[in-house]
Amino acid sequence: MRGFLVLRVIAKLLMPFMLVFALYVQFHGDFSPGGGFQAGVIIAATIIFYALIFGLPAARQLVPEPLVETMVALGVLIYASVGVAGLLLGGNYLDYFVLAHSPVHGQERGIFWVEVGVAITVSGVMLKIFYMFAGRKRSAEDE
Amino acid sequence: MGALTLGIALQRNLYAVVILSGAYSFLMATVLVALDAVDVAMTEASVGAGISTVLLLGALYLCGGEEAKPLTRPWLPLVIALVISGALVYGTLGLPAFSDPMAPINTHVVPRYLHDALKETGVPNVVTAVLASYRGYDTLGETTVVFTAGAGVIALLRRIRRRKDGERKS
Amino acid sequence: MSVAGHFSYWATILLMVAGLYIVIARGNLVKKLIGLSIFQTSVYLLYIAPGKLIGGTAPIISPAFKVYSNPLPHVLILTAIVVGVATLALGLALVVRIQEAYGSIEEDEILAADRAGGDEE
Repeated sequence: MRGFLVLRVIAKLLMPFMLVFALYVQFHGDFSPGGGFQAGVIIAATIIFYALIFGLPAARQLVPEPLVETMVALGVLIYASVGVAGLLLGGNYLDYFVLAHSPVHGQERGIFWVEVGVAITVSGVMLKIFYMFAGRKRSAEDE
Repeated sequence: MGALTLGIALQRNLYAVVILSGAYSFLMATVLVALDAVDVAMTEASVGAGISTVLLLGALYLCGGEEAKPLTRPWLPLVIALVISGALVYGTLGLPAFSDPMAPINTHVVPRYLHDALKETGVPNVVTAVLASYRGYDTLGETTVVFTAGAGVIALLRRIRRRKDGERKS
Repeated sequence: MSVAGHFSYWATILLMVAGLYIVIARGNLVKKLIGLSIFQTSVYLLYIAPGKLIGGTAPIISPAFKVYSNPLPHVLILTAIVVGVATLALGLALVVRIQEAYGSIEEDEILAADRAGGDEE
């Protein structure tokens, strides 16, 4: 593991910046290119990066499987419940302008929560698929 | 990009093919930036060159990385491909020219989006506004598709092990 | 009909037909999936190229710019890219299962194994 020291140190230094960049892309998506999908993929890529350098068991300890599976479903749930909140507050399904005191603020709030839901689902699914592919042994070694 | 595609078609070492397809995705993202599609370029670069490459490498590790030599020379698919391309080129002669402001794609509902998006939603990025607000229902469907893909992969690749009697079920 | 006016369509057609050729002419399943994704990227070009206005800019409203490129294809293709990678992931999961069931991912070997299995029954 001697030669891998550089990789490990660089990975530990880079990971917080990657996560902050993902959050920037997510929340600044209203003013610059970005949004939920890109941020979700960058979050998944950060954890995959960690798994490539430190090994899959370490990554599984950092982001355990039940958490990932919860994230997969939670995002869709958030999205759908924004729609239901629109229903409960008097408009049609997925109406944003009833969500706050003024239509424009309601739109901004609705767009914010919808993008959060999308980012959670996309990052969860990409990470889960990576875990399933990387955790599976070749059939010859498994017997 | 044509050269990269030719390389992908002819190369038989699949690991090299995966790297070539990652390079292809990056070139596609550059072309998309040149076409002013910045959101799409960011998504294509991260998803196409990032996640796709990782998934393909994972699958290749599990499947073996060499493609067998074809037994017969594929003349019929080549002829089919050339015929289809000829028909498509003939069809595009009737399409509007590049960058025509009067083309139907630019005149139906898009001027309203470009005009009113900032006033109605308070979000300057028109792509995000259309994606999340004007066409929010489609984005709900897309998120459901991503969720279904995740659930499908879990269902396909899950292993249920029975350790007691030594029998293993996939 | 001018070459400059239609060049983007012809580049799209070249990529589309190349992807189609890879799907129908190669027997390896992983290569077919890569050819399918090349086909999908050519469709992205097909949608986005007609939306570009020369002299326009990215569709982010700001006081400094007057002409914007068409944002509607961007939205549709954003969805299409994510759906494409979801399809690729499912396809690769199927390929892994086929490899474990048949022992190979070449199309002709799989068909021969199926035919041999069918003859025995």
